[in-house]
Amino acid sequence: MLNYELVVVGGGPAGMAAALEAKKNGVNKIMVLERAETLGGILEQCIHTGFGLHYFGEELSGPEYAGRFIKLLEDTDIDVKTDTMVLDVASDNTVTAVNKKDGLLKIQAKAVVLAMGCRERPRGALSIAGSRCSGIMTAGTAQKYVNIDGYMPGHEVVILGSGDIGLIMARRMTLEGAKVKMVCELMPYSGGLTRNIVQCLDDFGIPLKLSTTVIATHGKDRLEGVTIAKVDDKLQPIPGTEEYISCDTLMLSVGLIPENELSKNSGLQLDMITNGPRVDEYRETEHAGVFACGNVLQVHDLVDYVTQESQIAGVGAAKFIKGEKVTGDCVYTKGINGVRYIVPQRINCKTDGDVKLYFRVGAVFNNAKIIVECEGKEILSKKKVKLCPGEMEYVIIKQSVIAELPANAEITVRVEA
Amino acid sequence: MTYDVAIVGAGVVGGLIARELSRFNIKVALLEKLNDVAMGTTKANSAIVHGGFDAQNGTLKAKLNVEGTALMPVVCEKLSVPFKKNGSVVVAFSEKEMEHIKVLYERGIKNGVPELSIIDQAELRRREPNISDEAVGALLSESAGIVCPYELTIAAVENAVTNGVELIRNCEVKSIAENADGYVLNTTAGEINAKYIINAAGNFSDELAKMVGDDSIELVPRKGEYYVLDKSVGNLATHTIFQCPNEMGKGILVTPTVDGNLLIGPTALNIEDKDDTTTTPEGLRDALQKALKSVPVVSIRNAITSFAGVRAHPVNDDFIIGWCEKSANFINVAGVESPGLSSAPAIAIFVREILEEKLALTEKENYTDTRETPVRFRHLSDEERAELISKNPAYGRIVCRCETITEGEIIDAIRAPGGARDVDGVKRRTRAGMGRCQGGFCGSKVVEILARELGVPMSEITKFGGDSKIIYERTK
Repeated sequence: MLNYELVVVGGGPAGMAAALEAKKNGVNKIMVLERAETLGGILEQCIHTGFGLHYFGEELSGPEYAGRFIKLLEDTDIDVKTDTMVLDVASDNTVTAVNKKDGLLKIQAKAVVLAMGCRERPRGALSIAGSRCSGIMTAGTAQKYVNIDGYMPGHEVVILGSGDIGLIMARRMTLEGAKVKMVCELMPYSGGLTRNIVQCLDDFGIPLKLSTTVIATHGKDRLEGVTIAKVDDKLQPIPGTEEYISCDTLMLSVGLIPENELSKNSGLQLDMITNGPRVDEYRETEHAGVFACGNVLQVHDLVDYVTQESQIAGVGAAKFIKGEKVTGDCVYTKGINGVRYIVPQRINCKTDGDVKLYFRVGAVFNNAKIIVECEGKEILSKKKVKLCPGEMEYVIIKQSVIAELPANAEITVRVEA
Repeated sequence: MTYDVAIVGAGVVGGLIARELSRFNIKVALLEKLNDVAMGTTKANSAIVHGGFDAQNGTLKAKLNVEGTALMPVVCEKLSVPFKKNGSVVVAFSEKEMEHIKVLYERGIKNGVPELSIIDQAELRRREPNISDEAVGALLSESAGIVCPYELTIAAVENAVTNGVELIRNCEVKSIAENADGYVLNTTAGEINAKYIINAAGNFSDELAKMVGDDSIELVPRKGEYYVLDKSVGNLATHTIFQCPNEMGKGILVTPTVDGNLLIGPTALNIEDKDDTTTTPEGLRDALQKALKSVPVVSIRNAITSFAGVRAHPVNDDFIIGWCEKSANFINVAGVESPGLSSAPAIAIFVREILEEKLALTEKENYTDTRETPVRFRHLSDEERAELISKNPAYGRIVCRCETITEGEIIDAIRAPGGARDVDGVKRRTRAGMGRCQGGFCGSKVVEILARELGVPMSEITKFGGDSKIIYERTK
């Protein structure tokens, strides 16, 4: 049995930022466990630029953004084990992991940060009818084939879902010489960032078909085509609008799901909307000393925000280890009227700083107002020219405001159109 | 190459016949037209071992089902294949249907089905808390079970190959000529000579029989569509839950699988194209709606995948097993639809007995009837895991996160006798790629390992043989 003050599960941007921040805040013995052969997580295959604008104030590629944190990590005495898979986080914060070199590892930790990231929603979850031929893959899998392995996953491509990875892959495949015929999006709006729609689709003349989905795949061995159809306002295919599109590849970019198998196995209840653990303002879960940050907690738009959130968790873990973290009564947050969820789900009444509430809306709103209330009283309101589900929003609640709220009060955030 | 016996078709029937014949001092070839075993009806069915009350008295289906179900736990034990005797219930939703339940009960007793009883609403609810409020009672068949049909086939073939059977893949029989020595099979893998042919070609057994002039086999391809639900809802049903059967089959069932998922289906639609394993929006909707009748809490939110299988429904409604009337040394094993999986262990013995009418069989001295237990890392204790990794570090690298499958298990699956040659083959042998992410993360790693083990470039690895390429040329 090894002993560490802090074990971080995952060495992507979230895990690295949490570990570094914990170190900076006085934690001595830290271990980062990463299942891939290198640190960096999914950033390693994201060779496009657009990372770091908020955090570093400059535009970096994924590997460059990760590289800066890897360098910082190397300059500390934080221990790292790559090619190591965590199998279990027990209720006493004992972490069980395996790798080729050490075999089975047991690590007793004072605190644990969960930073496992997220995965893409697969085809099965969509129940697209048709054959089980090859050539149907998630955009992220295609991205790995192109950028890491150096192979073309297809030549004529239809992309379903306008999530950011799908948009990025539309451009990437085009640059590699493939014909990207279209991006279909079930919803009447895109799930991706506006800048990606402009830079990845518009600049290359790739059509984005909104309110359109793939209803069937065709092909015996390899994909030969798909049938697309328009959908109505209940998202059901409209008969008569079917169209056959020949293609050898269908890429799916239909949503990301936090990878919470470990969290669930350790008994943590997940938020129904975020699919991540429920946390306080320091990202501490309902298990004392277990923190969660990054895409395992809620799917973020930008890695810069993952870094910021993970630093909060790193500070929280450090405070916990030193016995300085606030505990006790909490107030709870709830998204209503157009606000789908809020992270954090609870705030300690005696919290020691202002708290940012992050949330997403459920539809597109123009010239809307975000209103935060508690016990019938407005805490604050903020005007927004545009709100859309693809972009995460936040409001800041002052420490002085929180301090005056009664224990167990509910803070609601809503949209007024 | 000359064989005593060529078995055509490496599904569960052909695979178990191959294993049965591997006990004897004869040369046996198992011919499979695709890149792997268990690729037809075997890989896409309900994975149920039936009690045996459904088939009419006196039919081959009735006899072989009851015998096969009794043999199944023994065969699975020998082959180290998980089998669970979970029991089945046929649920009645009205007093009229209860009358039919009684008919099934009587038929089952006559067929010799053990552990059969009729239970009332209270007992049904006690056993299946999620059953619909509309259910009034059920036929309980406690000898019924669940097994993974492709795992059983893979294990049977591995055992057969270990005992000397030659598995020849990508070997489609195009025509058959007869001469003084027996048969010459013209195949996509070259000419193969055999004294006896066993026709276990599933949906194509009618066409194979025609190659020796036998056009008596009449099959109707019947498609069934299914949903597979996540393991987190695998406990919504304990027994295999049937509804009252109709003329198209046993209706939509809701059942746990032996791997812990929940399976719903199959629909039943007669089709033209035997290779049509496409799912349809209507079919999947139908499967779900009917499943909701039995277990109303089933939700499509938990679906991880869907699939369709095609079964060979014989027009005469019974298995067609016996010597071909048009060709001397040709045995048909055709029309093996449900309860084909349940019957397969008994069919193997039955076919061997038929073969013995003409071919004298002497037992091998060094025959082994067991398959080495494959490593299942996910089922081991921490101590066992530590020991395993110290012996072979490849078991220390997890490739499939959702199902906790190690690189060592994937290598084993490729190196095993009759081992995996493609991504789906690895998936069926190890479960890598069968979890929630459906291979999103591990798919490319499996391609890498296959390429390395088989000594070919990654671009030559397929999903399931043929043209099912996964990636193409190098990027520029």
